[in-house]
Amino acid sequence: MATLVIKPAKGWIPLNLREMWRYRELFVFLGLRDIKVRYKQTVLGASWAIIQPLLTTTVFSVFFGGLGKIPSDGIPYPVFCYCGMLPWTYFSNSLSRGSASIVGNAHLISKIYFPRLIIPASMMVQPLIDFAISFGALICVMLYFHMTPPATAFVYIPLLTLLASALALAISLWLGALNVYYRDIAHIVPFLTQLWMFSSPIVFPYSLIPAKYQQIAALNPIVGLVEGFRSALLGRPWMVEPLLTSVGITLVLLASGAFFFRRLESDFADVA
Amino acid sequence: MTHKIRVNQLGKEYRLGAAQGLRHPAFVRRIALRFNQIFGTHLQEKQAKDSFWALNDISFDVKPGETVGIIGRNGSGKSTLLKILSRITTPTRGVVELNGHLSSLLEVGTGFHPELSGRENVFLNGALLGMTRNDIKNKFDEIVAFSEVAKFIDTPVKHYSSGMYVRLAFAVAAHLDPDILVVDEVLSVGDGGFQRKCVGKMSEAAKNNRTILFVSHNLLAVRALCSRVIVLDQGHIVMDGSTEDGISTYSRLNADTADLVSRNSQDRLARSNGAVRFTDAKIVDASGQERTKFNEGETVNLSFRLRSFQSVPSLAICVCIRSSLSGEYITTVKKTLSAGPVLPSELEMPVKIEFPNIALRPGDYSFFIWLGDEAIDNSWDVLDENVSFPWLTITSDRVDRENLMGYFTIPANFKTA
Repeated sequence: MATLVIKPAKGWIPLNLREMWRYRELFVFLGLRDIKVRYKQTVLGASWAIIQPLLTTTVFSVFFGGLGKIPSDGIPYPVFCYCGMLPWTYFSNSLSRGSASIVGNAHLISKIYFPRLIIPASMMVQPLIDFAISFGALICVMLYFHMTPPATAFVYIPLLTLLASALALAISLWLGALNVYYRDIAHIVPFLTQLWMFSSPIVFPYSLIPAKYQQIAALNPIVGLVEGFRSALLGRPWMVEPLLTSVGITLVLLASGAFFFRRLESDFADVA
Repeated sequence: MTHKIRVNQLGKEYRLGAAQGLRHPAFVRRIALRFNQIFGTHLQEKQAKDSFWALNDISFDVKPGETVGIIGRNGSGKSTLLKILSRITTPTRGVVELNGHLSSLLEVGTGFHPELSGRENVFLNGALLGMTRNDIKNKFDEIVAFSEVAKFIDTPVKHYSSGMYVRLAFAVAAHLDPDILVVDEVLSVGDGGFQRKCVGKMSEAAKNNRTILFVSHNLLAVRALCSRVIVLDQGHIVMDGSTEDGISTYSRLNADTADLVSRNSQDRLARSNGAVRFTDAKIVDASGQERTKFNEGETVNLSFRLRSFQSVPSLAICVCIRSSLSGEYITTVKKTLSAGPVLPSELEMPVKIEFPNIALRPGDYSFFIWLGDEAIDNSWDVLDENVSFPWLTITSDRVDRENLMGYFTIPANFKTA
């Protein structure tokens, strides 16, 4: 039988993906738990997943599309906006849940051992349900405007959603671990996501950014993600460069975030 | 394999000041240190000084199949040791080797979600404790039967009584079947009947050659379950040996003074006001000899001396006899010593309680002895094993002594045709 050696945590600690795999069912159960309790004791239940983005889109359509006359590349503004809101809402929900997850599950961490990375990872599951529901609503909105997404969308959307999860998880690993020590993070995150949303081409098109700044703007990994969603859903040409940038940044943040998290996690039980 | 657990020079340092100020991660502290070296500043230095070793230089081996009790006062490092063994926190120094799968019951019901049904929580909790979905499926019926909540298994646990909740939680944990089991005070849950079941489950595990580390304040349970005891004090091992030696070492640590009036006064004053106090207490036999082991049917005497320090409206004494394992109260005898007021320093009296032909079945019993007012509303003083009052062992020569159930022998006339 294998001998398990417990010793002081020093330096960089390997990720131990094999152990993560052994605990994959815990990931599923934690995800299911969050889904099951999401709409308990609410009157409108899962309709909230539609109401929220729909109302936001309506408000944005009135103020930005209608009063602000923000262009939308020739696409009806509500459709244009909702296509951006869809991945953004999923991303920002996952990010805010993920960055608060370690502190929020301190009662588990201080009582039971399991790979800590499971916690932020499982936080990406529950917003998927809202995402799926609001994706359905988007199809309805598009049909209302006599538009249909191309069939290839159903291949690209899951891949892009995976990218959104990975990006949200990557940042959650950094912020979630730091939040244990510096609760300031909890105050920064809502503020950060709001600023981030308005500095990303969600309520306005990427083409609105002056050409000479576009390259700098594309360093924002959300650009590739949101524009990718629009390309996939509206059948527009793909913007390959921002998308590749987004994938690259996500991978770098994810790998570095995982090691950073592992390095800090040995003290979570004592500090959280 | 000669050992299941090998602990070698284990140490755990905690930084103080975490409560008042920020705790920084190690890398921030290192950056601050480097910054200090380069710029001659004094960032972070205070924290480095304010640290203490919760565990220091702990070494021991546990052989397969051993049941080891770990006892020590609050703050002796027991919990820290368990947390390191169950990988919740990492040691600062030293190494632990574990041969086999270790599960810990540090607190049952961790991760239970109030909105989820009993069934859902069993699966979630099982997964948290490292069981696979199939393991849980296979044992599900057994778990539910053990917990005695079968009727409510699909009800959200927020509607459970606290007893049901704890029973279900313990049932999941009790069906883990690890090679090494670490148990921390979980026997203090549930009612007496359920506690007996838990103890049974643990002795069963011990008999099946599981290795068990058992941490408890319940010395009687430790005595019943463990073949070896490690006593911790201020982060050090002060004794590692037989259960009897360990318990007497612990009792000596606990008895902060030989004088019974002020012994463990903090603990006692938390539970009583000290107006009248015991100055002497012992168990003696019919000839006046002090001893704690008696044969069935012998006469057992409890002998006390009391002194009053403040005026009290009335004075009564209760002696409760408790089960060795579960701590259940088996019976209580009460006597009013004075129905009227007792003035300060007026009273210095001996009290002797005789139990003729004691009808207790073989086993260990502890006492909870209480002084208070006649209506049992106010407590003047308490004595129990925490104040080093000895427990009583009843022995028997009968061949069926191990198998007779219950605590008492009552008069019974059998008639056969």
